[in-house]
Amino acid sequence: MEFLQPATWEEALDAKAEHPGAVPIQGGTDVMVELNFDMRRPAVLLDLGRVTELTGWDPAGDRLRVGAGVPYATVIDALGDRLPGLAQAARTVGSPQIRNRGTVGGNLGAASPAGDSHPPLLAGDAVIEVESRRGIRMIAATDFYRGVKRSALEPDELIRAFWMAPAAGPQYFSKIGTRNAMVIAVCSFAIALYPEERRVGTGIGSAAPTPLRATAAEEFLARELDWDAPLDEAVAREFGALVAAAAAPIDDVRGTAGYRRHALSVMARRTLTWAWRDHLGGTGRSGRGAA
Amino acid sequence: MRVSFIVNGASETADDVWEGESLLYVLRERMGLPGSKNACEQGECGSCTVYLDGTPVCACLVAAGQAEGRQVRTVEGLAEGDRLAPIQEAFVEAGAVQCGFCTPGLLVQAHDLIERRPDPSDAEIREALAGNLCRCTGYEKILDAVRLAARRKAAI
Repeated sequence: MEFLQPATWEEALDAKAEHPGAVPIQGGTDVMVELNFDMRRPAVLLDLGRVTELTGWDPAGDRLRVGAGVPYATVIDALGDRLPGLAQAARTVGSPQIRNRGTVGGNLGAASPAGDSHPPLLAGDAVIEVESRRGIRMIAATDFYRGVKRSALEPDELIRAFWMAPAAGPQYFSKIGTRNAMVIAVCSFAIALYPEERRVGTGIGSAAPTPLRATAAEEFLARELDWDAPLDEAVAREFGALVAAAAAPIDDVRGTAGYRRHALSVMARRTLTWAWRDHLGGTGRSGRGAA
Repeated sequence: MRVSFIVNGASETADDVWEGESLLYVLRERMGLPGSKNACEQGECGSCTVYLDGTPVCACLVAAGQAEGRQVRTVEGLAEGDRLAPIQEAFVEAGAVQCGFCTPGLLVQAHDLIERRPDPSDAEIREALAGNLCRCTGYEKILDAVRLAARRKAAI
Protein backbone atom coordinates (compact mmCIF):
# COMPACT_ATOMS: atom_id res chain seq x y z
CA MET A 1 0.00 0.00 0.00
CA GLU A 2 1.16 3.51 -0.75
CA PHE A 3 0.48 6.41 1.63
CA LEU A 4 0.27 9.78 -0.12
CA GLN A 5 0.16 12.96 1.90
CA PRO A 6 -0.35 16.02 -0.31
CA ALA A 7 0.31 19.35 1.40
CA THR A 8 -1.97 21.40 -0.82
CA TRP A 9 -5.22 21.01 -2.78
CA GLU A 10 -3.28 21.24 -6.07
CA GLU A 11 -1.03 18.37 -4.98
CA ALA A 12 -4.08 16.37 -3.92
CA LEU A 13 -5.68 16.82 -7.37
CA ASP A 14 -2.43 15.73 -9.03
CA ALA A 15 -2.25 12.65 -6.81
CA LYS A 16 -5.86 11.69 -7.54
CA ALA A 17 -5.30 12.17 -11.29
CA GLU A 18 -2.28 9.91 -11.15
CA HIS A 19 -3.94 7.34 -8.86
CA PRO A 20 -7.69 7.30 -9.61
CA GLY A 21 -8.06 4.21 -7.41
CA ALA A 22 -6.62 6.00 -4.37
CA VAL A 23 -8.94 6.06 -1.36
CA PRO A 24 -9.14 9.52 0.20
CA ILE A 25 -8.91 9.58 3.99
CA GLN A 26 -9.72 12.60 6.15
CA GLY A 27 -11.13 11.92 9.63
CA GLY A 28 -10.68 8.18 9.07
CA THR A 29 -13.89 7.32 10.91
CA ASP A 30 -15.14 5.20 7.98
CA VAL A 31 -11.97 4.33 6.07
CA MET A 32 -10.02 3.09 9.09
CA VAL A 33 -12.86 0.77 10.12
CA GLU A 34 -12.63 -0.85 6.69
CA LEU A 35 -8.85 -1.18 6.98
CA ASN A 36 -8.96 -2.49 10.55
CA PHE A 37 -11.46 -5.17 9.55
CA ASP A 38 -9.76 -6.22 6.32
CA MET A 39 -12.80 -5.10 4.33
CA ARG A 40 -10.70 -2.94 2.03
CA ARG A 41 -7.11 -3.02 0.82
CA PRO A 42 -6.66 -0.05 -1.51
CA ALA A 43 -3.35 0.21 -3.36
CA VAL A 44 -3.10 3.87 -2.40
CA LEU A 45 -4.32 5.80 0.63
CA LEU A 46 -4.62 9.54 -0.03
CA ASP A 47 -4.45 11.46 3.26
CA LEU A 48 -6.17 14.83 2.89
CA GLY A 49 -5.48 15.80 6.51
CA ARG A 50 -2.71 18.25 5.56
CA VAL A 51 -4.73 20.09 2.92
CA THR A 52 -5.56 23.25 4.84
CA GLU A 53 -7.82 24.55 2.04
CA LEU A 54 -10.34 21.89 3.04
CA THR A 55 -10.71 22.91 6.66
CA GLY A 56 -12.04 26.43 6.22
CA TRP A 57 -15.36 28.00 5.26
CA ASP A 58 -16.23 31.29 3.59
CA PRO A 59 -19.29 33.26 2.57
CA ALA A 60 -19.77 32.80 -1.18
CA GLY A 61 -22.41 35.26 -2.33
CA ASP A 62 -25.57 34.46 -0.41
CA ARG A 63 -24.31 31.00 0.49
CA LEU A 64 -21.64 29.42 2.68
CA ARG A 65 -18.88 27.38 1.07
CA VAL A 66 -17.78 24.83 3.65
CA GLY A 67 -14.59 22.84 3.08
CA ALA A 68 -14.95 19.07 2.86
CA GLY A 69 -12.50 18.62 5.74
CA VAL A 70 -14.44 20.61 8.35
CA PRO A 71 -15.17 18.22 11.23
CA TYR A 72 -18.66 17.79 12.69
CA ALA A 73 -17.53 19.43 15.95
CA THR A 74 -16.80 22.62 13.99
CA VAL A 75 -20.09 22.40 12.08
CA ILE A 76 -21.82 22.38 15.47
CA ASP A 77 -19.74 25.06 17.22
CA ALA A 78 -18.97 27.49 14.43
CA LEU A 79 -21.73 27.01 11.86
CA GLY A 80 -24.67 25.86 13.97
CA ASP A 81 -26.27 29.31 13.98
CA ARG A 82 -26.35 29.46 10.17
CA LEU A 83 -26.81 25.77 9.35
CA PRO A 84 -28.99 24.55 12.25
CA GLY A 85 -30.42 21.49 10.49
CA LEU A 86 -26.97 20.20 9.58
CA ALA A 87 -25.68 21.01 13.06
CA GLN A 88 -28.51 19.01 14.64
CA ALA A 89 -27.60 16.06 12.43
CA ALA A 90 -23.91 16.52 13.29
CA ARG A 91 -24.75 16.31 17.01
CA THR A 92 -26.14 12.81 16.46
CA VAL A 93 -23.00 11.50 14.74
CA GLY A 94 -21.11 8.90 16.79
CA SER A 95 -19.44 10.29 19.90
CA PRO A 96 -17.44 13.43 20.72
CA GLN A 97 -14.27 11.66 19.57
CA ILE A 98 -15.89 10.77 16.24
CA ARG A 99 -17.28 14.30 15.79
CA ASN A 100 -13.79 15.71 16.37
CA ARG A 101 -12.54 13.79 13.33
CA GLY A 102 -15.44 12.90 11.03
CA THR A 103 -16.42 15.33 8.28
CA VAL A 104 -19.34 16.13 6.00
CA GLY A 105 -16.96 15.59 3.07
CA GLY A 106 -16.25 12.08 4.32
CA ASN A 107 -19.94 11.40 4.74
CA LEU A 108 -20.46 12.46 1.11
CA GLY A 109 -17.52 10.39 -0.09
CA ALA A 110 -18.83 7.28 1.65
CA ALA A 111 -22.37 8.02 0.35
CA SER A 112 -23.95 5.60 2.79
CA PRO A 113 -27.75 5.89 2.70
CA ALA A 114 -27.57 6.13 6.52
CA GLY A 115 -25.11 9.05 6.62
CA ASP A 116 -26.47 11.70 8.99
CA SER A 117 -25.42 14.71 6.88
CA HIS A 118 -27.41 13.76 3.82
CA PRO A 119 -31.01 14.62 4.85
CA PRO A 120 -30.17 18.20 5.95
CA LEU A 121 -28.00 18.70 2.84
CA LEU A 122 -30.97 17.66 0.69
CA ALA A 123 -33.50 19.74 2.63
CA GLY A 124 -31.10 22.71 2.56
CA ASP A 125 -30.60 22.67 -1.24
CA ALA A 126 -26.88 21.97 -0.82
CA VAL A 127 -24.59 21.82 -3.82
CA ILE A 128 -21.46 19.69 -3.76
CA GLU A 129 -18.29 21.14 -5.32
CA VAL A 130 -16.05 18.44 -6.75
CA GLU A 131 -12.83 18.95 -8.67
CA SER A 132 -10.34 17.07 -10.78
CA ARG A 133 -7.59 18.04 -13.18
CA ARG A 134 -10.41 18.17 -15.78
CA GLY A 135 -12.17 20.96 -13.94
CA ILE A 136 -14.75 21.81 -11.29
CA ARG A 137 -18.29 20.41 -11.18
CA MET A 138 -21.10 21.73 -9.02
CA ILE A 139 -23.48 18.85 -8.25
CA ALA A 140 -26.82 19.41 -6.55
CA ALA A 141 -27.21 17.11 -3.53
CA THR A 142 -30.31 15.65 -5.22
CA ASP A 143 -28.08 14.45 -8.10
CA PHE A 144 -25.13 13.38 -5.96
CA TYR A 145 -26.41 10.12 -4.47
CA ARG A 146 -26.56 7.36 -7.08
CA GLY A 147 -26.92 4.07 -5.19
CA VAL A 148 -25.95 2.30 -2.01
CA LYS A 149 -22.54 3.81 -1.20
CA ARG A 150 -22.31 5.16 -4.74
CA SER A 151 -22.15 8.83 -5.70
CA ALA A 152 -21.75 10.99 -8.80
CA LEU A 153 -18.05 11.38 -7.97
CA GLU A 154 -15.73 10.26 -10.81
CA PRO A 155 -12.57 8.29 -9.95
CA ASP A 156 -10.25 11.24 -10.55
CA GLU A 157 -12.40 13.71 -8.59
CA LEU A 158 -12.17 14.87 -4.99
CA ILE A 159 -14.83 16.62 -2.92
CA ARG A 160 -13.73 20.19 -2.30
CA ALA A 161 -16.68 21.71 -0.41
CA PHE A 162 -20.41 21.91 -0.04
CA TRP A 163 -22.37 25.09 -0.66
CA MET A 164 -25.46 25.88 1.31
CA ALA A 165 -27.38 29.05 2.11
CA PRO A 166 -27.75 30.02 5.77
CA ALA A 167 -31.14 28.91 7.05
CA ALA A 168 -33.96 31.01 5.58
CA GLY A 169 -36.32 29.67 8.24
CA PRO A 170 -36.65 26.95 10.86
CA GLN A 171 -34.79 23.69 10.25
CA TYR A 172 -35.01 20.37 12.09
CA PHE A 173 -33.40 16.95 11.97
CA SER A 174 -34.80 13.81 13.57
CA LYS A 175 -33.25 10.37 13.76
CA ILE A 176 -34.39 7.00 15.05
CA GLY A 177 -31.82 4.85 16.82
CA THR A 178 -31.71 2.34 19.62
CA ARG A 179 -30.07 4.83 21.96
CA ASN A 180 -28.98 8.46 21.96
CA ALA A 181 -25.28 8.08 21.17
CA MET A 182 -23.21 6.00 18.79
CA VAL A 183 -26.02 4.79 16.58
CA ILE A 184 -26.40 4.39 12.86
CA ALA A 185 -29.79 5.74 11.87
CA VAL A 186 -32.64 3.25 11.53
CA CYS A 187 -34.10 6.10 9.54
CA SER A 188 -33.85 9.88 9.68
CA PHE A 189 -35.57 12.97 8.37
CA ALA A 190 -34.69 16.62 7.84
CA ILE A 191 -36.93 19.58 7.13
CA ALA A 192 -36.15 23.17 6.11
CA LEU A 193 -38.73 25.93 5.84
CA TYR A 194 -38.34 28.71 3.27
CA PRO A 195 -41.05 31.13 4.46
CA GLU A 196 -40.34 33.82 1.86
CA GLU A 197 -40.60 31.32 -0.97
CA ARG A 198 -43.56 29.62 0.66
CA ARG A 199 -41.98 26.18 0.32
CA VAL A 200 -40.51 23.37 2.41
CA GLY A 201 -37.41 21.24 1.74
CA THR A 202 -37.10 17.64 2.92
CA GLY A 203 -34.50 14.90 3.18
CA ILE A 204 -34.99 11.22 3.99
CA GLY A 205 -32.12 9.10 5.33
CA SER A 206 -31.60 5.37 5.72
CA ALA A 207 -34.93 4.39 4.14
CA ALA A 208 -34.00 3.82 0.48
CA PRO A 209 -30.87 2.85 -1.50
CA THR A 210 -29.93 6.55 -1.47
CA PRO A 211 -30.81 9.55 0.67
CA LEU A 212 -33.64 11.34 -1.13
CA ARG A 213 -36.08 14.22 -1.10
CA ALA A 214 -39.78 13.60 -0.62
CA THR A 215 -40.75 15.62 -3.67
CA ALA A 216 -44.49 14.88 -3.69
CA ALA A 217 -44.65 15.76 0.01
CA GLU A 218 -42.88 19.08 -0.68
CA GLU A 219 -45.29 19.88 -3.53
CA PHE A 220 -48.24 19.03 -1.31
CA LEU A 221 -47.08 21.50 1.36
CA ALA A 222 -46.36 24.20 -1.23
CA ARG A 223 -50.00 23.85 -2.31
CA GLU A 224 -51.73 23.36 1.02
CA LEU A 225 -49.89 25.36 3.69
CA ASP A 226 -51.39 28.63 4.85
CA TRP A 227 -48.22 30.39 6.00
CA ASP A 228 -50.04 32.83 8.26
CA ALA A 229 -52.20 30.31 10.08
CA PRO A 230 -51.64 27.61 12.68
CA LEU A 231 -50.66 24.25 11.22
CA ASP A 232 -53.65 22.21 10.08
CA GLU A 233 -53.28 18.78 11.71
CA ALA A 234 -54.74 17.02 8.70
CA VAL A 235 -52.11 18.68 6.49
CA ALA A 236 -49.34 17.57 8.85
CA ARG A 237 -50.66 13.98 8.85
CA GLU A 238 -50.92 13.87 5.07
CA PHE A 239 -47.40 15.30 4.83
CA GLY A 240 -46.21 12.42 7.03
CA ALA A 241 -47.99 9.89 4.83
CA LEU A 242 -46.45 11.34 1.67
CA VAL A 243 -42.96 11.30 3.20
CA ALA A 244 -43.44 7.64 4.17
CA ALA A 245 -44.63 6.89 0.64
CA ALA A 246 -41.53 8.52 -0.86
CA ALA A 247 -39.22 6.08 0.95
CA ALA A 248 -38.23 2.67 -0.40
CA PRO A 249 -37.01 0.97 2.77
CA ILE A 250 -35.84 -2.60 3.28
CA ASP A 251 -35.94 -5.00 6.21
CA ASP A 252 -32.51 -5.29 7.80
CA VAL A 253 -30.81 -5.76 11.16
CA ARG A 254 -31.67 -2.23 12.27
CA GLY A 255 -35.38 -2.32 11.48
CA THR A 256 -38.13 -3.47 9.17
CA ALA A 257 -39.40 -1.63 6.12
CA GLY A 258 -42.79 -1.21 7.76
CA TYR A 259 -41.28 0.28 10.91
CA ARG A 260 -39.18 2.68 8.87
CA ARG A 261 -42.19 3.92 6.91
CA HIS A 262 -44.19 4.44 10.09
CA ALA A 263 -41.30 6.18 11.85
CA LEU A 264 -40.75 8.48 8.87
CA SER A 265 -44.39 9.57 8.88
CA VAL A 266 -44.12 10.40 12.58
CA MET A 267 -40.79 12.24 12.22
CA ALA A 268 -42.08 14.22 9.24
CA ARG A 269 -45.22 15.29 11.12
CA ARG A 270 -43.29 16.16 14.27
CA THR A 271 -40.48 18.10 12.60
CA LEU A 272 -43.03 20.08 10.58
CA THR A 273 -44.91 20.82 13.81
CA TRP A 274 -41.74 22.01 15.58
CA ALA A 275 -40.68 24.10 12.57
CA TRP A 276 -44.17 25.61 12.28
CA ARG A 277 -44.13 26.60 15.93
CA ASP A 278 -40.84 28.46 15.33
CA HIS A 279 -42.18 29.96 12.10
CA LEU A 280 -45.26 31.42 13.80
CA GLY A 281 -43.19 32.39 16.81
CA GLY A 282 -41.13 34.46 14.43
CA THR A 283 -37.78 33.19 15.68
CA GLY A 284 -36.92 32.05 12.18
CA ARG A 285 -34.41 29.71 13.68
CA SER A 286 -34.49 26.25 15.21
CA GLY A 287 -34.43 26.35 18.96
CA ARG A 288 -34.38 22.66 19.81
CA GLY A 289 -31.71 20.01 19.63
CA ALA A 290 -32.10 16.85 17.61
CA ALA A 291 -34.52 14.25 18.91
CA MET B 1 7.18 3.43 6.10
CA ARG B 2 8.73 5.43 8.90
CA VAL B 3 6.47 7.47 11.19
CA SER B 4 7.66 10.05 13.71
CA PHE B 5 5.66 12.14 16.12
CA ILE B 6 5.79 13.58 19.63
CA VAL B 7 4.29 11.32 22.30
CA ASN B 8 3.82 12.72 25.78
CA GLY B 9 6.47 15.32 25.07
CA ALA B 10 9.10 12.95 23.67
CA SER B 11 9.98 12.44 20.03
CA GLU B 12 9.28 8.85 18.92
CA THR B 13 9.90 7.04 15.66
CA ALA B 14 8.60 3.74 14.36
CA ASP B 15 9.94 1.92 11.30
CA ASP B 16 8.33 -0.59 8.96
CA VAL B 17 4.88 0.73 9.73
CA TRP B 18 2.24 -0.65 7.35
CA GLU B 19 0.54 2.22 5.50
CA GLY B 20 -2.92 1.19 6.72
CA GLU B 21 -1.82 0.75 10.32
CA SER B 22 -3.61 2.68 13.04
CA LEU B 23 -2.05 5.14 15.44
CA LEU B 24 -3.30 2.82 18.21
CA TYR B 25 -1.28 -0.12 16.89
CA VAL B 26 1.86 2.00 16.58
CA LEU B 27 1.48 3.31 20.14
CA ARG B 28 0.86 -0.11 21.67
CA GLU B 29 2.94 -2.49 19.60
CA ARG B 30 5.81 -0.33 18.35
CA MET B 31 6.29 2.39 20.97
CA GLY B 32 5.66 0.36 24.12
CA LEU B 33 2.69 2.44 25.27
CA PRO B 34 -0.06 -0.09 26.06
CA GLY B 35 -2.15 2.33 28.15
CA SER B 36 -4.54 3.04 25.28
CA LYS B 37 -6.63 -0.10 24.91
CA ASN B 38 -7.52 -1.98 21.77
CA ALA B 39 -11.05 -3.35 21.75
CA CYS B 40 -13.54 -2.56 19.02
CA GLU B 41 -11.26 -1.06 16.33
CA GLN B 42 -14.25 0.88 14.96
CA GLY B 43 -14.63 3.89 17.22
CA GLU B 44 -17.50 2.38 19.21
CA CYS B 45 -15.90 1.88 22.62
CA GLY B 46 -13.60 4.87 23.22
CA SER B 47 -11.01 2.80 25.11
CA CYS B 48 -8.24 3.99 22.74
CA THR B 49 -8.98 7.70 23.23
CA VAL B 50 -5.85 9.87 23.02
CA TYR B 51 -5.19 13.54 22.39
CA LEU B 52 -4.06 14.32 18.84
CA ASP B 53 -2.83 17.92 18.69
CA GLY B 54 -4.90 18.60 21.81
CA THR B 55 -8.16 17.05 20.55
CA PRO B 56 -9.49 13.72 21.87
CA VAL B 57 -9.77 11.13 19.11
CA CYS B 58 -10.07 7.38 18.78
CA ALA B 59 -6.51 6.26 18.05
CA CYS B 60 -7.87 3.20 16.21
CA LEU B 61 -9.40 5.51 13.57
CA VAL B 62 -6.28 7.57 12.89
CA ALA B 63 -3.91 6.20 10.26
CA ALA B 64 -0.40 6.21 11.69
CA GLY B 65 0.85 8.41 8.86
CA GLN B 66 -1.76 11.02 9.71
CA ALA B 67 0.00 11.53 13.05
CA GLU B 68 3.36 12.28 11.36
CA GLY B 69 4.94 15.31 13.06
CA ARG B 70 1.96 15.84 15.34
CA GLN B 71 1.54 15.88 19.12
CA VAL B 72 0.03 12.80 20.75
CA ARG B 73 -0.81 12.59 24.44
CA THR B 74 -1.89 9.27 25.89
CA VAL B 75 -3.09 8.21 29.34
CA GLU B 76 0.59 7.63 30.18
CA GLY B 77 1.12 11.36 29.73
CA LEU B 78 -1.59 12.62 32.08
CA ALA B 79 0.39 12.24 35.31
CA GLU B 80 3.34 14.46 36.14
CA GLY B 81 6.04 12.06 37.23
CA ASP B 82 4.63 10.19 40.24
CA ARG B 83 1.87 12.71 40.76
CA LEU B 84 -1.41 11.55 39.28
CA ALA B 85 -3.57 14.06 37.44
CA PRO B 86 -6.61 15.17 39.46
CA ILE B 87 -8.91 13.13 37.23
CA GLN B 88 -6.82 10.01 37.88
CA GLU B 89 -6.86 10.57 41.66
CA ALA B 90 -10.61 11.07 41.51
CA PHE B 91 -11.13 7.78 39.64
CA VAL B 92 -9.16 5.95 42.34
CA GLU B 93 -10.98 7.64 45.22
CA ALA B 94 -14.46 7.30 43.77
CA GLY B 95 -13.98 3.61 42.97
CA ALA B 96 -14.55 4.32 39.29
CA VAL B 97 -12.21 1.51 38.24
CA GLN B 98 -13.03 -2.17 38.23
CA CYS B 99 -11.42 -4.23 35.47
CA GLY B 100 -9.68 -1.08 34.25
CA PHE B 101 -9.99 -1.72 30.54
CA CYS B 102 -12.10 1.34 29.70
CA THR B 103 -10.30 3.54 32.24
CA PRO B 104 -7.51 4.99 30.05
CA GLY B 105 -9.97 6.20 27.42
CA LEU B 106 -12.36 7.58 30.01
CA LEU B 107 -9.51 9.39 31.74
CA VAL B 108 -8.37 11.15 28.57
CA GLN B 109 -11.91 12.04 27.57
CA ALA B 110 -12.84 13.26 31.08
CA HIS B 111 -9.52 15.13 31.34
CA ASP B 112 -10.46 17.04 28.18
CA LEU B 113 -13.96 17.75 29.50
CA ILE B 114 -12.83 19.38 32.73
CA GLU B 115 -10.13 21.34 30.88
CA ARG B 116 -12.79 22.83 28.61
CA ARG B 117 -15.69 22.96 31.11
CA PRO B 118 -14.49 23.59 34.64
CA ASP B 119 -17.96 23.04 36.11
CA PRO B 120 -19.73 20.54 33.85
CA SER B 121 -23.39 19.69 34.38
CA ASP B 122 -24.39 16.02 34.62
CA ALA B 123 -25.82 16.27 31.11
CA GLU B 124 -22.50 17.61 29.83
CA ILE B 125 -20.58 14.81 31.56
CA ARG B 126 -22.89 12.18 30.06
CA GLU B 127 -22.62 13.74 26.63
CA ALA B 128 -18.82 13.96 26.82
CA LEU B 129 -18.51 10.31 27.87
CA ALA B 130 -21.19 8.94 25.51
CA GLY B 131 -18.52 7.36 23.30
CA ASN B 132 -16.76 5.50 26.12
CA LEU B 133 -18.17 2.11 27.04
CA CYS B 134 -17.73 0.58 30.50
CA ARG B 135 -19.11 -2.90 31.25
CA CYS B 136 -18.30 -3.08 34.97
CA THR B 137 -19.18 -0.08 37.09
CA GLY B 138 -22.41 1.03 35.51
CA TYR B 139 -21.06 4.57 35.08
CA GLU B 140 -22.37 6.04 38.34
CA LYS B 141 -18.98 5.96 40.05
CA ILE B 142 -17.38 7.27 36.88
CA LEU B 143 -19.76 10.25 37.00
CA ASP B 144 -18.89 10.68 40.70
CA ALA B 145 -15.20 10.74 39.79
CA VAL B 146 -15.65 13.38 37.09
CA ARG B 147 -17.73 15.56 39.44
CA LEU B 148 -15.09 15.18 42.16
CA ALA B 149 -12.22 16.07 39.82
CA ALA B 150 -14.11 19.07 38.45
CA ARG B 151 -14.85 20.32 42.00
CA ARG B 152 -11.22 19.99 43.01
CA LYS B 153 -9.99 21.67 39.89
CA ALA B 154 -12.38 24.57 40.49
CA ALA B 155 -11.11 24.93 44.06
CA ILE B 156 -7.46 25.31 42.98
